[in-house]
Amino acid sequence: MDAPRTLFEKIWSRHRVLEREDGQTLLYVGRHLLHDGGATAFDVLRRRGLTPRAPERIFATPDHYVSTAGRRVEEIEDPRHREMVEKLARNTAEHGIRQFGLGDPNQGIVHVVGPETGLSQPGLLIVCGDSHTSTHGALGALAFGIGSTEVAHVLATQTLWQRKPRSMRIAVEGRLGPQVTGKDVILAIIARIGAAGATGHVIEYAGSAIRGLSMEGRLTLCNMSIEAGGRAGMVAPDETTYAYLEGRPFSPRGADWDAAVARWRELPSDAGAAFDAEVTLDGSAIEPMVTWGNSPEDALPIGGAVPDPDAAPDAERRAQMRRMLDYMGLAPGTRLTDIAIDRSFIGSCTNARIEDLRAAAAVAAGRRVAPGVTAWVVPGSEPVKRQAEAEGLHEVFRAAGFAWREPGCSMCLGTNGDIAAPGERVASTSNRNFVGRQGPGARTHLLSPAMAAAAAVTGRFTDVRRLLEG
Amino acid sequence: MEAFRHLDAVAVPLPQPNIDTDRIIPARFLSRPREVDHAQFLFHDARRGPDGGQDPDFPLNRPEWQPARIIVAGRNFACGSSRESAVWALFDAGFRCAIAPSFGDIFRTNGTKNGLLPVVLPAEAVEAIMAMLEAEPGARIAIDLPAQTVTAPDGSVHGFEIDPFAKHCLLEGLDDFGLTAGYEEEIAAFERRYGRENRL
Repeated sequence: MDAPRTLFEKIWSRHRVLEREDGQTLLYVGRHLLHDGGATAFDVLRRRGLTPRAPERIFATPDHYVSTAGRRVEEIEDPRHREMVEKLARNTAEHGIRQFGLGDPNQGIVHVVGPETGLSQPGLLIVCGDSHTSTHGALGALAFGIGSTEVAHVLATQTLWQRKPRSMRIAVEGRLGPQVTGKDVILAIIARIGAAGATGHVIEYAGSAIRGLSMEGRLTLCNMSIEAGGRAGMVAPDETTYAYLEGRPFSPRGADWDAAVARWRELPSDAGAAFDAEVTLDGSAIEPMVTWGNSPEDALPIGGAVPDPDAAPDAERRAQMRRMLDYMGLAPGTRLTDIAIDRSFIGSCTNARIEDLRAAAAVAAGRRVAPGVTAWVVPGSEPVKRQAEAEGLHEVFRAAGFAWREPGCSMCLGTNGDIAAPGERVASTSNRNFVGRQGPGARTHLLSPAMAAAAAVTGRFTDVRRLLEG
Repeated sequence: MEAFRHLDAVAVPLPQPNIDTDRIIPARFLSRPREVDHAQFLFHDARRGPDGGQDPDFPLNRPEWQPARIIVAGRNFACGSSRESAVWALFDAGFRCAIAPSFGDIFRTNGTKNGLLPVVLPAEAVEAIMAMLEAEPGARIAIDLPAQTVTAPDGSVHGFEIDPFAKHCLLEGLDDFGLTAGYEEEIAAFERRYGRENRL
């Protein structure tokens, strides 16, 4: 009998073209996703006189540099930004690559578009020149981010050299409490294992709390695997996965669908498969989380208070905490619920899917954004935007005083110019609270969409459970 | 790619953990093509004060560390975004080696594909080397890639591990495009089989 294998090992071996004696493995890439930040890779191809090997396996959409105020390329004010969007259109047209460009009904953030078009499927090896490519692992794919030299190599050869990473199983058992989402689960995981806790590892998320998550929740969870240092994050495909994928534009149909599902059912890790590391969390103990520092590992339950550097275990951590509190403008001991905000941002590849917008709208309904707070909702894609508008969510947000904008990465990293002012405090559903991430001097706190909406309407971080109990 | 064999150079300490690639090069500079000199973007905001002027205390701004070609940082160096321009900014500013207890995985790979050697040493060794660099600003470190050793300012020698493939590519200044071209038959055969099993 064959040794039991993990989900990761099964996908790895299915895509292994060859393995050299030194352990380097040449992997075949099933799906390559591009965005408008990747012009350099095409420059490399041109310099070398190369062309994409398998354009039918490559899909593109502009997201980093698009305006969230309008949909026409001409509406992108900064010529550098406009050029990035135009270059993607030119490069994909030149090489016969399918692009969901501005105005296309499927345009959006690449990590929202892949799953919702059905391009991201169980068992596939998916790469993209963006660290949040780990998102697609939620469908039972092996998906990871690569740099632009590697993007050029994949374009030219449809393959990638890799050394097999180690594996880590993170089990979250039990039932999640009300208003505890995929975002809170991943923030709790990173707070537990640290921002480098999974470096060199591919994470498989498992356990009853994970199986109970919707596909949107799993996408949020896997999205932030990189914030724990993980090479990739994945969830075994199950009925939730198949129900999500069935009928999507690029999902198999008819007999092909049945055959695909039969193949996908073979993917989950075998009983007794060994992992290099194992971590277990009690899902019922996880609460709505908010970050206070400049690493996603600096996350606390909403009932907590800003920690005191003097209580830190060593000098390095004390110095680091002082730097972070200084940048964040926070005093030790301040209760999170006493921290006032200037902005609320609901968006990004982490939390801009329909379920995220529904959760935020449920909080916004019948309430008003607090005086002095600027609140934005940026849907993750055109399909998300259409669906939300069909459900009337945009009216709910607008009535509450939120701006309802066009799809793109927007304030997650501000490459398109959507940034906060120096010193502004942002309640953000994005993935990184790094120094300057949302603009020089901007102070980012990460949290779930419902919690971001609760912060917007109360003007400070608020336990959304209390707010909804009213 | 520029080959890397030996390096004996001034090393600058950045004694902080989790220095992310947003810090190394802020996102607003990512639309610049490779031809642009990226040294001007290296730690662009981190090395400046709130008024936009250069912070004289930031290590990279201190005169003793101007000639530095090696950066020694805390754990999880260059975590976060996959932006390869984080490597370009370091490379264009003259850096050829980064030493840390651990690195962001993507940066580590980007480094080896651009002639920037990432060296992982135990946290205690990194801490000790940082203390030497702080005590004697401008002190030098020697890297011997064939022997896989780092010689600290006090003469202590620290061995390091590196993927043999990455080592070979760095030593010879090779990138993997040429190497992969040698496996065309294997890729084509795999592709035919894979295409049958995974119809688009």
